[in-house]
Amino acid sequence: MITVYHYMLLSAILFSIGTFGVLTRKNAIVIFMCIELMLNSVNLTFIALSRHLQNMDGQIFVFFVMTVAAAEAAVGLALMIAFYRNRESIDTDDFNLLKW
Amino acid sequence: MENLVQIAMQNVNLAAILPSLVLCCFGMVLLLVSVFSKRGRTTHIAWMSIIALAVTALVTISGWNHPQQGFAGSVVLDNFANFFTIIFIIAAALTILISDAYLQREGYPVGEYYPLILFSTAGAMWMASGTDLMTIFLGLEVLSVALYVLAGFFRNDVRSNEAGLKYFFLGAFSTGFLLYGAALLYGVTGSTKIAVIAQQLSQLPNAATNPMMLAGAFLLLVGFLFKVAIAPFHMWTPDVYQGAPTPVTAFMSAAPKAAGFAALLRITMISLETIQLDISALFWILAVLTMIAGNFIALSQTNIKRMLAYSSIAHAGYALVGVVAWNQVGMSAILFYMLVYTFMNIGAFAVLVLAGKKGEENLTLEGFSGFGYKRPFLGVAMCIFLFALMGIPPTAGFTGKFFVFAGAVKAGYIWLAVIGVLNSAVSLYYYLRVIVYMYFRDPKEDFAWVKLEIPAVVSIVLAIAGVLILGILPGPVMELAKMAGF
Repeated sequence: MITVYHYMLLSAILFSIGTFGVLTRKNAIVIFMCIELMLNSVNLTFIALSRHLQNMDGQIFVFFVMTVAAAEAAVGLALMIAFYRNRESIDTDDFNLLKW
Repeated sequence: MENLVQIAMQNVNLAAILPSLVLCCFGMVLLLVSVFSKRGRTTHIAWMSIIALAVTALVTISGWNHPQQGFAGSVVLDNFANFFTIIFIIAAALTILISDAYLQREGYPVGEYYPLILFSTAGAMWMASGTDLMTIFLGLEVLSVALYVLAGFFRNDVRSNEAGLKYFFLGAFSTGFLLYGAALLYGVTGSTKIAVIAQQLSQLPNAATNPMMLAGAFLLLVGFLFKVAIAPFHMWTPDVYQGAPTPVTAFMSAAPKAAGFAALLRITMISLETIQLDISALFWILAVLTMIAGNFIALSQTNIKRMLAYSSIAHAGYALVGVVAWNQVGMSAILFYMLVYTFMNIGAFAVLVLAGKKGEENLTLEGFSGFGYKRPFLGVAMCIFLFALMGIPPTAGFTGKFFVFAGAVKAGYIWLAVIGVLNSAVSLYYYLRVIVYMYFRDPKEDFAWVKLEIPAVVSIVLAIAGVLILGILPGPVMELAKMAGF
């Protein structure tokens, strides 16, 4: 029997993987994918809880999260392309002009 | 079917989002206008966006004392939201006034700049008027996505690219935490409405030790603390502020910070009242940490733009003192402080806009040598803004800090107020150093200064007027701020 706890556990694991990825990876695209993983684990939490509570608010929230994630993807990828054009790299080690 | 539509429309009350609705309509029209304008011509778009902001301000002011609720209680336009809306409009207007000449000078006369500012202002308004985590989240994202673009607006400038990307990654990362927190709170309470969450939590046995609720509240707060740059979540601020175009930095340092505090106030003071003591204790530590981190790292900065970024972190710390106080005085003090901060910080950045030449080469301390004699007006203006940032009477910086610390003392946090005042004393060093360079050093080389543009001068004069009037006669505005509290 798969209960809401299993979903919560799964989404917590996915969220942790995403967070870990953002903190450790160097490639901007991979970091961005990890952020998307975090957002989608949140979506899973919302939907599982929405089903468990028999309440639609969570599902509506998920729609907004997906929309916003799409808008963020458009802007983020555009910024990465602009950076790549100037530096020929999207490695986070090359984000090094602004410090201290 | 028609019945359903009727039921749905009953809950919609467009009056509750009227200011942001007006602003968004203007923004979309301006996008079209910029498409049909001749390449490189943006001045008329700048003026039209000023008109848009003026109309929005009129709509907002006419809604004062007439609270509206809409969208099934997920948006409310009360005095609190109105007060913050006026702050955002002031920030956007002052920014647009300094932008046009700057964009022409730097070689990016692109019309989309102004609609982006208007959209992010609208996002800030939703953050201030949202009473549902959903609307607050949407507002936050509309605000942020527009700002990611604006921070990376100089496409061919690597610094601007880097600032945009850094802001984007850390902003999106913090959004993840905020959403996870919202999801957990939803799981505990079964709602995303702030008032319902408060009600459910107050009925929950052992609310203060419920792990899911604590995790949710903590993650939600992390998301907002990121936005307002509270230590230890402040690391993105200096990089982004330094790399972004200067007018964007001015806007970014004022509007999102005020919006973040608006949402933070609503969420902590209404939803999370059951764990007030824990949050006050946590924020006590964070406020001290933020003031110390901002002020002490600013001491070693040689780039004035970056120094102002650290100073803005310190100012977020002062404002957080008002949240710790958790009383009426503290709350109206934050409202007042955010208004004052908007004037003094955007004013200081406006001077930087007129001081830097193409590529912003003179924004170092060395570059400011003899600045006060070469540009007398800008020198005096910079002195006024720096004195305000220090918190010296009769500028508004003093009254703002005074109200914030008064709130803390009233709530019994005397040590916090003492630490805040000591931090202000530390900040004297790095603000005064700029003045010393401006008036007591000989210029190293002759710079080609940029012309004083009329709109930018108007912006600076307005900011000076705001700083001095709020400093000498804080009474009327403070009364409004008191009315705006909830």
